[in-house]
Amino acid sequence: MLNDSILAALGGDRRAIARLLSAIESEKVSINEVKLEIEELGKFSESSDSDSWDSIAITGAPGVGKSCICDKLLTQWAELGMNVVLLAVDPSSPRSGGALLGDRIRLSVVDDEKLKDRVFIRSVATRKTSGSVPFVLKDMVDFMLLIGWDKIIIETVGAGQADIRCAAVGDRIVVVEGPARGDGVQAEKAGLLELADCVLVNKSDLPGAKKHADEIKESLELADGEVPEVILVSALKNQGIEEMSIALLDLKSSGRSEKAKWRERLLATHERKIMSNPKIESILEKLSSGTMQLEDALEELE
Amino acid sequence: MGNMVRVVVAKPGLDGHDRGAKVVARALRDAGHEVIYTGLRRTPQQIVDTVRDEDARFLGLSSLSGAHAHLFPKICSLLTEQGLGDVIVFGGGIIPEDDKPPLFDAGIKAIFGPGTLTQEILDFIEEAASRADSGVGSDSDWHW
Repeated sequence: MLNDSILAALGGDRRAIARLLSAIESEKVSINEVKLEIEELGKFSESSDSDSWDSIAITGAPGVGKSCICDKLLTQWAELGMNVVLLAVDPSSPRSGGALLGDRIRLSVVDDEKLKDRVFIRSVATRKTSGSVPFVLKDMVDFMLLIGWDKIIIETVGAGQADIRCAAVGDRIVVVEGPARGDGVQAEKAGLLELADCVLVNKSDLPGAKKHADEIKESLELADGEVPEVILVSALKNQGIEEMSIALLDLKSSGRSEKAKWRERLLATHERKIMSNPKIESILEKLSSGTMQLEDALEELE
Repeated sequence: MGNMVRVVVAKPGLDGHDRGAKVVARALRDAGHEVIYTGLRRTPQQIVDTVRDEDARFLGLSSLSGAHAHLFPKICSLLTEQGLGDVIVFGGGIIPEDDKPPLFDAGIKAIFGPGTLTQEILDFIEEAASRADSGVGSDSDWHW
């Protein structure tokens, strides 16, 4: 069964790909099973050079233009002949568990008859995860790479200053900013910006964008190590798009946040372990009814 | 959520009115389902592609422009032709009573007009999800 669908997915059958993504997302199939099957089929391909990236996370506050930027990147890279995946994450309701996944509204690359077969767009809900990307996303990324797609773009949930969990899944982190996002001190604050391998200031057609980009640049230059590039773009007016897509394609890791990235990976793995523990529901029951202490709960989850 | 389903809510054709589609999307979300909204003015093939790539079990179509009699059956036949006959399709909008039988014949399993309670749509989803003959490609006469 799994064997057949993996063979179909390797052959480019998009329904098979979509269904396997669902199976991985709901943890019915593990990425290790998929890996083994592909090895047995003799179709295992090692990723090429380690200097270039496979997955890139596009993050930033709600409304700065992440989806529009992703649309431009998909178009540019597909035009270069690459097969590009977009995993677009939106939040699940903490109350109902449901989600409204609306990133497709802004994605026009699928309207292009010549390019649409080179892109695969999948909307992903955060489900049980607390951060700006669900922990199964790493497996979904690995799956698409295993079956031969070239580049994976991860669009995170609209992120706040401290939402750095995306560092756990992306080889590179791109932070999207926009004008009118506060004074110069905002750029000096610690958090997400420090992890960026590149900063895009979108909406460059609006007043204040250039000034904001300068403030971010100044702030980044004060830190040690490689200074990430700050690029002005306007996804709406198509300004700076080609420069952006070329710069991001060659993007090197800024190298100054390796430890922080690994910390996020460690935390994500730990959280996943806890949340997939079969005892989690009964423990949450006991915690909320006051019959169990947090320390005891942790011990039982060990 | 054991019975969570993924639903694509789509607006086919030249129709800019999406309040209804948004209300339905919101109700599905609040009931614990994952809703993928396509945005306005999608072609039948774009909608079918979206259902396929998103691995959606349900497709909800909204039309207020009067083009439902042309667009809905077109989408149903594309789904069946392209191996997506198990997808469950429902519709809504301004759809006259006389227009409904041909849409049911085309494989649409429910049509909801103005004034429908969102609970009714949720009940339909629950019932359709539990049936084996609710797919757009099924020969069954069952509809809501």
